[in-house]
Amino acid sequence: MTDAALTQSAFLTLSGISKRYAGVRALEGVDFACERGKIHAVLGENGAGKSTLIKIIAGVVQPDSGTMRLGGSEVSFATPSAANAAGVVCIFQELSLMPDLSVADNISIASPPRRFGLIDARAQRLRAEQLLAEIGCEDVNPLMRMRDLPLSRRQVVEIAKALGKKPQLLILDEATSALTSADVEKVYAMLARLKAEGVAILYISHRMHEVEALADRASVFRNGRHIETFDKGRRSTADIVQLMIGRDIAAQYPPKPAREAPKPMLDIENLSWDKRLDRISLRVGAGEIVGLGGLDGQGQKSLLLALFGVLRGVSGQVTVEGREVHPGSPAAAKSVGIALVPEDRKTEGLMLPMSIADNLVIASLDAISRGPLVDRARENEAIKRAIARLQIKIGAPGDAVSTLSGGNQQKVVLAKWLMTDPRIILLNDPTRGIDVGTKQELYRLMRELADQGAAILFYSTDYDELIGCCDRVAIMYDGRIVRELEGDELTETNIIASALNIDAATPDAAGAAHA
Amino acid sequence: MLDDIAIRVRQNIGIVTAVLLFTVLYLLYNFAHPRGFSSAVLVQNGDEIFALAMLAMAQTVPVLASGLDLSVGAVMTMVGCFASYLLTGAADGTPLHLDIFGLQLGLGTFPGGVSGILLGIVVCLATGTLAGFINGCIVVYGRIQPIIATLATGAVYIGIALFLRPTPGGKIDEDLNWAMTNSLGDFAATVHIFDDGAASWFAPVAWIPVPFVLLILIALVVWVPFRRSVLGRAVYAVGSAEGAAYMSGLPIDRAKIAAFTLAGFFAGCGGLFLAIQTSSGNADIPQAGAYTLNSIASVVIGGTSLLGGTGSAIGSIFGAMVLRVISFFFRIFDIAPLLQPLFEGLILLAAVSIGALGVLRVKNTLELFR
Repeated sequence: MTDAALTQSAFLTLSGISKRYAGVRALEGVDFACERGKIHAVLGENGAGKSTLIKIIAGVVQPDSGTMRLGGSEVSFATPSAANAAGVVCIFQELSLMPDLSVADNISIASPPRRFGLIDARAQRLRAEQLLAEIGCEDVNPLMRMRDLPLSRRQVVEIAKALGKKPQLLILDEATSALTSADVEKVYAMLARLKAEGVAILYISHRMHEVEALADRASVFRNGRHIETFDKGRRSTADIVQLMIGRDIAAQYPPKPAREAPKPMLDIENLSWDKRLDRISLRVGAGEIVGLGGLDGQGQKSLLLALFGVLRGVSGQVTVEGREVHPGSPAAAKSVGIALVPEDRKTEGLMLPMSIADNLVIASLDAISRGPLVDRARENEAIKRAIARLQIKIGAPGDAVSTLSGGNQQKVVLAKWLMTDPRIILLNDPTRGIDVGTKQELYRLMRELADQGAAILFYSTDYDELIGCCDRVAIMYDGRIVRELEGDELTETNIIASALNIDAATPDAAGAAHA
Repeated sequence: MLDDIAIRVRQNIGIVTAVLLFTVLYLLYNFAHPRGFSSAVLVQNGDEIFALAMLAMAQTVPVLASGLDLSVGAVMTMVGCFASYLLTGAADGTPLHLDIFGLQLGLGTFPGGVSGILLGIVVCLATGTLAGFINGCIVVYGRIQPIIATLATGAVYIGIALFLRPTPGGKIDEDLNWAMTNSLGDFAATVHIFDDGAASWFAPVAWIPVPFVLLILIALVVWVPFRRSVLGRAVYAVGSAEGAAYMSGLPIDRAKIAAFTLAGFFAGCGGLFLAIQTSSGNADIPQAGAYTLNSIASVVIGGTSLLGGTGSAIGSIFGAMVLRVISFFFRIFDIAPLLQPLFEGLILLAAVSIGALGVLRVKNTLELFR
């Protein structure tokens, strides 16, 4: 089908949509269309622009340029409720539910049934029961508070809430990621029913088998651009993976040294936690950089937090240099030589209003103190060394750390931990939102630290970075390590294939299947 | 059905605890009191409870939207000072004039008689409501944190009260005082209804104290409908997850203004009653502060989370009553009144500890800081 024909029968049409966040391109000149009575999958890597696309359609963010037409007339949604009023309903990945309100309250939150001007609790409850029955989840009591429901049930309520808005265009953004397989079947049945009723459905999922089972058509996005749209069965899985890869920026990575089997440093055996980490075993040797790959939210962050003593109820064994450890808090983890550069540097990494100097020494105060008092001379000495070592660009050490650029802030976080002389360094996506120059400095520093004997566990959403930096990459899926890639196996195709948990078909084999 | 009841009890465990605690304490009190279980004791207790119960309700609404209102005591005091001018009940009305640093401004005569009293009550309640509305507008449109916005406006309202009553004084109509602070029978006799309260059908309820009837009326006529309105729902939603409330298209600005406005109304009711009860207006700063702090304590004892989103003004009424009953004990057991803050503090700590038990179930300790 040509693009012109597609536009004519389309229900929703986007033309020339662009969006930038603080100078970073999220979407660039995107043309996109979807039809009634079709399930349309949107595919792409982390950061390909899928989320921005649906946020624009659902009225959460406004595009910088471009037009959007719905059912033939031009529209622009200033708020999510304006989009809802036009029949565009989105089930968001980050749940939009109010934890202290009941299931019934949440489902009818936007326009509850009323009697004499007041909310009719009985009618509201009936409505909730009906909607939940429609997706086959009668087991949820509408009186329960959201807070008391497990994640999978919350997601069911989110779907029921969306159904209650009588959507014409329904967007599911990873809406099944937390569901049990029994629930997924019920959601599929519901989607088939909606499709038969002529609802247009946009389906965003990282699970390739779901896309294969459901979608009538798929569109691939990459780097904020719409790459290709094709009907079901026209492309093999391997083709799709190839479409999703294809990066233009090649960063400079320090060379990886050839090495013999490294001395063991960190040994993880059968680590499990709260259904989100499933019997993880992994070894990181002294001098090794081991990457954690996979799609967002497959348990990588939980693994780092578990090692750093943040999580309660972790089972399994963690050994550091042959000695078993059970860190129960970040302070305990620090004392056995573990450091973590956390996910969100603004809230977990730094105390933004405090000075650069205070932030630098905050984790190593005991090393520069005499008794209960901080030794000013030693403190200044340590600060000077840290700033020089990481080449942090600052005005004065007394300036608030919030005055620094993102890259320099991240350097402060790293420098803070280096002052504790850690043996094991855990990095949670440390290069996110950082300029290329600083990224390269961080890569060099990581290699330097490894050469000095540190064991580094490095989670990144950027596959290119994993390939360039790591000696070995463990790919996680659904709380498990599904594959470890090393040496020549360490390619983008292999990473994406393992991340989607599909068989990594070689391009040749896929081509043969296609023919 | 049984399931539903179990769920409701579990969700309202804070309120249930407060009700049980109050019931036990109050029964004990009445058994220990030489004239326990009598209308006279009940009337006296009702009068002592009413103002704090109103302030506890007032505090609840902003807290549900995760904001504190530090001006409730000040609004109460200011409204009380207004009442001491407007509710004198003088037959030919009350001449009003302003003395602004020597500049005399005549404001005409406020009408007297029964119609004057009714009008005065309306003006007093409107004043409280307006004060709350101003708080809400400052918080929403000035984008100032509720705690600091109401600290400032509270000082302003106390300032107005001091301007009105530099020294305690004024007067409240004696019949009004008598009718509102005694039993229903006395009320009927004063306003000459139901054969001056002697009607035979009226006898079974004549012993009930007026303040309790008022309390129940205000809860039923104002709080219950508000809680079941879309705006009331929005207040809970804002306190629970403001981002999600916004994404669901709820009127979050209107909800916050409504929360503070309602707080002003309830605080106004408290101030009006306190003036009627004491027959005077008094810009008492320590008293205003104590009422504000006790209102927060009542809210917490009544099972409302200071983080917002869960709880009810009904629970806060019981929280206020628990606090007051503790002070009754000091009277009958002849304990040194100086120990009272100590015991009130211990009760508060115990109540808060029950609410904090959920922390033990958190599996990701990072969530404790969010």
